[in-house]
Amino acid sequence: MDLILFVWRQKGPDEKGLLEQFAAKDISPEMSFLEMLDTVNEGLIKAAKEPIAFDHDCREGICGMCSQVINGVPHGPQEKTTVCQLHMRNFKDGDSIYIEPWRARAFPVIKDLIVDRSALDRIIQAGGYISVHTGGVPDANAVLISKDNADTAMDASECIGCGACVAACPNGSAMLFTAAKVTHLAMLPQGQIEAARRVCIMTEAMMKEGFGNCSNHYECQAACPKGIRVQFIAKLNREFIKAQIKDSGKRNQ
Amino acid sequence: MILNGKCPSGPLSEKWDRHRHELKLVNPANKRKYRIIAVGTGLAGASAAATLGELGYNVEAFCYQDSPRRGHSIAAQGGINAAKNYPNDGDSIFRLFHDTIKGGDFRAREANVYRLAMLSNNIIDQCVAQGVPFARDYAGYLDNRSFGGAQVSRTFYARGQTGQQLLLGAYGALSRQVKAGSVRLHPRTEILDIVLIDREAKGITVRDLVTGRIDCYTADAICLCTGGYANVFYLSTNAMGSNVTATYRAYKKGAFFANPCFTQIHPTCIPVSGDHQSKLTLMSESLRNDGRVWVPKMKSDKRSAHEIPEAERDYFLERKYPSYGNLAPRDIASRAAKEVCDEGFGAGGSGVYLDFADSLHRLGEDKVRELYGNLFDMYEKITGENAYKQPMRIYPAPHYTMGGLWVDYNLQSNIPGLFVLGEANFSDHGANRLGASALMQGLADGYFVIPYTIADHLAHTTPVKADTEHSEFRKSREDVEAFAKKLLSVNGRKTVNEFHRELGKIMWEHVGMARSEESLKQALKQIPALRDEFWENVRIPGSGSELNQELEKAGRVADFLEFAELMARDALHRNESCGGHFRTEYQMPDGEAKRDDENYCYVAAWEFKGVDNEPELHKEPLKFENVELAVRSYK
Repeated sequence: MDLILFVWRQKGPDEKGLLEQFAAKDISPEMSFLEMLDTVNEGLIKAAKEPIAFDHDCREGICGMCSQVINGVPHGPQEKTTVCQLHMRNFKDGDSIYIEPWRARAFPVIKDLIVDRSALDRIIQAGGYISVHTGGVPDANAVLISKDNADTAMDASECIGCGACVAACPNGSAMLFTAAKVTHLAMLPQGQIEAARRVCIMTEAMMKEGFGNCSNHYECQAACPKGIRVQFIAKLNREFIKAQIKDSGKRNQ
Repeated sequence: MILNGKCPSGPLSEKWDRHRHELKLVNPANKRKYRIIAVGTGLAGASAAATLGELGYNVEAFCYQDSPRRGHSIAAQGGINAAKNYPNDGDSIFRLFHDTIKGGDFRAREANVYRLAMLSNNIIDQCVAQGVPFARDYAGYLDNRSFGGAQVSRTFYARGQTGQQLLLGAYGALSRQVKAGSVRLHPRTEILDIVLIDREAKGITVRDLVTGRIDCYTADAICLCTGGYANVFYLSTNAMGSNVTATYRAYKKGAFFANPCFTQIHPTCIPVSGDHQSKLTLMSESLRNDGRVWVPKMKSDKRSAHEIPEAERDYFLERKYPSYGNLAPRDIASRAAKEVCDEGFGAGGSGVYLDFADSLHRLGEDKVRELYGNLFDMYEKITGENAYKQPMRIYPAPHYTMGGLWVDYNLQSNIPGLFVLGEANFSDHGANRLGASALMQGLADGYFVIPYTIADHLAHTTPVKADTEHSEFRKSREDVEAFAKKLLSVNGRKTVNEFHRELGKIMWEHVGMARSEESLKQALKQIPALRDEFWENVRIPGSGSELNQELEKAGRVADFLEFAELMARDALHRNESCGGHFRTEYQMPDGEAKRDDENYCYVAAWEFKGVDNEPELHKEPLKFENVELAVRSYK
């Protein structure tokens, strides 16, 4: 099939960008979306033009590196699917496809479709872990964890850190991302000890990075390729309120 | 030269403890004076950087991805082995050791593998403490499942994403050290050279992938944790960026490359759909528990699967290996599938069928969905086919590489100060890796081995004063810049991908899962010719002083074009079949690998002697004091 692409081109963070039109010809429905872009890039290189820069790595939907807004939707039209797992059979001959980078204040564009997501790393660095040293830990079965709690922790911990939730949110909020990590660790006895401190410092880090707040649009859940649920944002809010009460209780003593 | 792995003496079970007590320590106040570089942030790199940071060393961690959370360990599906014996089914450290040595077809070091089995239990404890959400039963205890090459259930798992969860655990530990200030992160940065001063590893040269800037970093020790080289086949289950550059350039600086021909081809992957294909996707081995593998009995049968009646189907694994059937070992299943396809019996032109019809009938669709639902979904996303309605098509794909830089028992290469961890080294899996053992090795190396062994090296070393203006560093920068310039100046007509694809074809055809003297000699003719063409005709747009993904790829492919030759040479020299290395001349009457313990019971470690010269072979003899060398039979 033949397609018309409108792709965001931007030379650097401070340059002005624009949508450039390309023809993608003889595209097989078996191709993945990124393989379609590979084909276009091969053509551009041969024509002595600059290929489109985009992030990608594992191409099996787990590393979280790929990040494109396709026709206005982060990761494109197929539910719970990263760009790299999206296949061209979801499009038809003659389609126009608009491809843009994640757009959010906290994710400056580096080049074309590549953005800087290091803000997400800094949220985790603030406290998205259990502060355990290597060695000197109890036997793995010494602390029992109910299956329900372990399953919920796993549901939350499946987040691949791609940032689609931020790109989908009208406020550019990283609440779903932050909530997923807060929930994962708060569900486990090992993570309880630091839970109150963690939710406060992670939330603060999130705000400092320039992410917006949540106003219940649920666009993040719709865009998430791993099906992370907005219930976790409610959990984050509960954990946050609990921590505030605990904190003010301490101050009153 | 006869290499010495420096394995400690004494009884197998006491070697590591005794060795640990003999290793020198660095006192806490002195640790902060040492700088350690860790390259790669997969399981081995992230766990090493985090642990060394905790101990108080200054750590610089590098990765080419935009975040250290994306190392390709993240894609591991199945699980991680440990000798916990929680199910009370007869497992022990010795049994895990024995299974791993035997699985590797007796081409790994006993002492290393035993240490790995011992440390496996600490890994599970550590990961649970970090909050890794392993699967649990209703009483709250950890759950186990079985994997290939073992008769016990010792595999811990987190749904089909065990690698992801373990890596996020290590990434958390790493992030904690970044906050503490002991680790500095360098994402989107690629290592391009190792710098030696007086024959010791003292630093690296890297390229900032965003600005193109070339920089040097000094260190007192370097840990390469840069994974495997399966992308030499172009199509593999590795990530697009996985490469051999770090280990190969260390090899060019004098580090020995061991057993490069030991590569693992995984039998159950989604087949290639066309020339546009950029990578292959693994479908978990567990599917072979309930799926039956078959091809049409008629050559080039154009009918769709459901039109082919039962009598006209060849269940070739069940036919050839009646006792193991569809669960024949990975290497055997892979070779059998390639054979029938090469003979023209392939299913619909690509691959063989993996059919669940019987299981769907026996268990019902709901049960099959519960067991394999996520795999069926993934299959449908990629192929557009519903495997509940029609059989899957599968085909073998390069997956893991057992070979790597040669290291001693301390994980130190023959270059003092250069340590190699995880898949990047050669040490623990011999000629074939068992399922759920890669995650175990990466974390054992990073969390529990390197903290001890690196101290011994540092205790003998005076901390370097940072001086990237030393003549060796200046020369390294100039070499790296000249290399990029040379690549950019070719200005030919073919793209980097075209060359990589051609190299992949040569390797798959001639150095793939069945090799012969003839095919290897073919490869040794074709690879240098392709390399020459690359340097005359490759086209790389743009410049070196900007984000340039084609230039990144070109450097990696240039290294693969040299490394491929080393791999073929190693395969040609090893006149035996063992594990993943199958030479068609050396097989048992039933098609099993025929080892030659008399002549090849050694590690082949190669020394670089120039791009167009033959490398020099050094041998490390393998001694087996605790297991009996036997024909690896699973019948």
